[in-house]
Amino acid sequence: MADLRTDFVGIKSPNPFWLASAPPTDKEYNVRRAFEAGWGGVVWKTLGLDPHVVNVNGPRYGAVWGADRRLLGLNNIELITDRPLETNLQEIKAVKRDYPDRAMVVSLMVPCEEAPWKFILERVEDTGADAVELNFGCPHGMSERGMGSAVGQVPEYIEMVARWCKANTRMPVIVKLTPNITDIRYPARAAHAGGADAVSLINTVSSITSVNLDTFSPEPSIDGKGSHGGYCGPAVKPIALNMVAEIARDAETRGMPISGIGGVTTWRDAAEFIALGCGSVQVCTAAMTYGFKIVEEMISGLSEWMDEKGYESLADFQGRAVPNVTDWQYLNLNYVAKAKINQDLCIKCGRCYAACEDTSHQAISMSADRTFEVIDEECVACNLCVNVCPVEDCITMEEMPAGATDPRTGRVVEDTYANWTTHPNNPSAKAAE
Amino acid sequence: MVSSSHTDGIVAGRLPADTLAEQFGDLHPPLDAHEAAVAADRCYFCHDAPCITACPTDIDIPLFIRQIATGTPTAAAKTILTQNILGGMCARVCPTETLCEEACVRETAEGKPVLIGQLQRFATDTLMERGEHPFTRAEPSGKSVGVVGAGPAGLAAAHRLAMKGHDVTIYEAHPKPGGLNEYGIAAYKTVDGFAQAEVDWLLKIGGITIDYGKALGRDITLDGLAEKHDAVFLGMGLGGVNALGVPGDDKDGAEDAVDFIASLRQADDLTTLPVGRRVVVIGGGMTAVDAAVQSKLLGAEEVTMVYRRGPDAMSASKFEQDLAASKGVRIIFNAQPVALHGNGAVAEVEFAYTRAGETGLEPTGETFRLKADQVLRAIGQSLEDAPEGLRLERGKIAVDGTGRTTRAGVWAGGDCASGGDDLTVTAVAEGRDAAEDIDATLRGG
Repeated sequence: MADLRTDFVGIKSPNPFWLASAPPTDKEYNVRRAFEAGWGGVVWKTLGLDPHVVNVNGPRYGAVWGADRRLLGLNNIELITDRPLETNLQEIKAVKRDYPDRAMVVSLMVPCEEAPWKFILERVEDTGADAVELNFGCPHGMSERGMGSAVGQVPEYIEMVARWCKANTRMPVIVKLTPNITDIRYPARAAHAGGADAVSLINTVSSITSVNLDTFSPEPSIDGKGSHGGYCGPAVKPIALNMVAEIARDAETRGMPISGIGGVTTWRDAAEFIALGCGSVQVCTAAMTYGFKIVEEMISGLSEWMDEKGYESLADFQGRAVPNVTDWQYLNLNYVAKAKINQDLCIKCGRCYAACEDTSHQAISMSADRTFEVIDEECVACNLCVNVCPVEDCITMEEMPAGATDPRTGRVVEDTYANWTTHPNNPSAKAAE
Repeated sequence: MVSSSHTDGIVAGRLPADTLAEQFGDLHPPLDAHEAAVAADRCYFCHDAPCITACPTDIDIPLFIRQIATGTPTAAAKTILTQNILGGMCARVCPTETLCEEACVRETAEGKPVLIGQLQRFATDTLMERGEHPFTRAEPSGKSVGVVGAGPAGLAAAHRLAMKGHDVTIYEAHPKPGGLNEYGIAAYKTVDGFAQAEVDWLLKIGGITIDYGKALGRDITLDGLAEKHDAVFLGMGLGGVNALGVPGDDKDGAEDAVDFIASLRQADDLTTLPVGRRVVVIGGGMTAVDAAVQSKLLGAEEVTMVYRRGPDAMSASKFEQDLAASKGVRIIFNAQPVALHGNGAVAEVEFAYTRAGETGLEPTGETFRLKADQVLRAIGQSLEDAPEGLRLERGKIAVDGTGRTTRAGVWAGGDCASGGDDLTVTAVAEGRDAAEDIDATLRGG
């Protein structure tokens, strides 16, 4: 049986599944339910200074749905906790006392001055919490007040605040990053430089989910007006994975602990984040969509997969995908594949044909009896047919063996590795050694 | 109430009114908006979709389902009705399990097709409930077309012709329009007077007059019509019913299934409609199933359908056979009637088991008898009083691909014409296509 126990910068939890700082971790009642359900830890919803903030009294969430109204993306305009600081601190202390084996991280957001950070860190330390997470990510509302992503978008501020925090607490400091920035490596490097123990990412993506075509208000609409919110859920996972990978393979931040956030919905998503180097994962939208019970699937799924693969602990596969993330210029141009359609699995919907014929390379033929076949002479192995096919594994990409001739180019597939840096069409190509 | 399912003879009131109302309710209750959204989500929007190919009227099914999925059911309805003006009725009565839904790739994938028929009904009902008629007439052409029969073929032809700017007169033998939609289809497939509502809605196009009580050969002649109109379309269906051709065929209690269904469809009060205690339906088509199931629903104790061949040869689909079985109808295959017995009224039907022989069906030599106080004949219909001067093909008016008969200026479609299955949807396609050819001909001339 795989060991899911996690030690993330000294924060111990029975499994790597934490609830992210968000509505599900706003108060004692929810967090106790989460721990009863089996969550390994929580990041308590962001605390600020009193007087506490207020939230809108209309809708806080907007959504993007897929087929059968499956929630693919959620957007929110909720601010940090809207309860008094003292109330939250007392509840954190009570819950941590009753669940000493679970990770209790407290998210914080106060103005960019050292005094308030010192003040609040001391208060949090009193609760017995395991760590703090600096909320430099929230892209809505608080950012207008110079906090949240307004800090996260300025690496110098990140470094400065991280340093203050490290100087004022013995607790591990995690810096939560905003994705609303052009290059995630800069804020991550700043957090590292400021002495942060870890980064967590991504926070939500600035977004408008939809426009109401009757009222012409963005959604969610408050009295006919809308403000951009933070987008999360399955839709943002690819953005998150890339940003995690960028930090994991950056020379300056390599090896820095990462808590992965962004669209983690199943055990599989979690395993992918861990494979890209994360030491824990944080979940919000999936819990908000299905309730806390999903953690049971995450635990059983991850355990089963690890057992199948022979991984005894998370460390056995953590970061295993990082060396495989590279730059485009290093991809092997001698790797040649062709799409292959399994006629036994094909249900003859023709979506591969429409996609290829209308929008790609005219590399699929269609017969009168609706048999769809790949034309190897035209197929560039773009993978679009695989992606649009509704039947899993019906279309696959088959590697051409070395020595075979690619009927599209007439060239023999070579056994060697060659990339753009040495390609003759590259004006800056270096001669292959 | 004096009678029950156990009362001998052909009597009315076997079941109380509320039970009957329930029994004859909608076979497939309409989808609500949520159900439609869920069903529509399943469509894969196939390229050159097999469901379109399978539809005799070539409705662009993936497009209309996408229009439903994106919240525009009336646009979906227009997509449907452009191809099939009786799309509302076809959504109810089409054997979708042997047409679009059989071809659906999700039938291939999971054995559960997209609910195309019910989605079509959702779209067309939405449009018709708004009372909108989405088509308008072209500039008047000054031409007039006579259409015989206000059934699916005649109505489809008339609507398309009216749309093209021609004036249309429909000659209808019955007091009501709709043809088999009104008189010949099981009540639970088209509840709440839908057949009439659909015709009323169709006629909103304008330019169509219906002349009731006019039967070809009785009140009007083809020559007369040809003289009066610039073109004639014949869509009068099949008026005759094939006889069993066995001794006792004319005994009291034996009647044509189409007449039984017509009386049922026209009855204002189903408690007044008589049905036998033991009903035997002879035949294997949709009419046989409709008659058998409705007999059972009216309260008959025993209903037996007897078909001379095996289940695969039956023209009623597997779905229809299962429907009959689920309502308690017993189906006996591979048996044909030998004689109707009884003193005046039928009391028993004698059957001989059959098998496939070298020269066709042959009796095995074994016979059996079924008790019956009512026998419904449903072994097929035939063209009655075919107009002279038209070539026939296997008992039907011979037509080419565009519905032209062998007489210039005369087109035909629907059940009375050769080609295609005897289905509402096929009749609509033939009426529509003939109208297009008539229009092209009238404009060309």
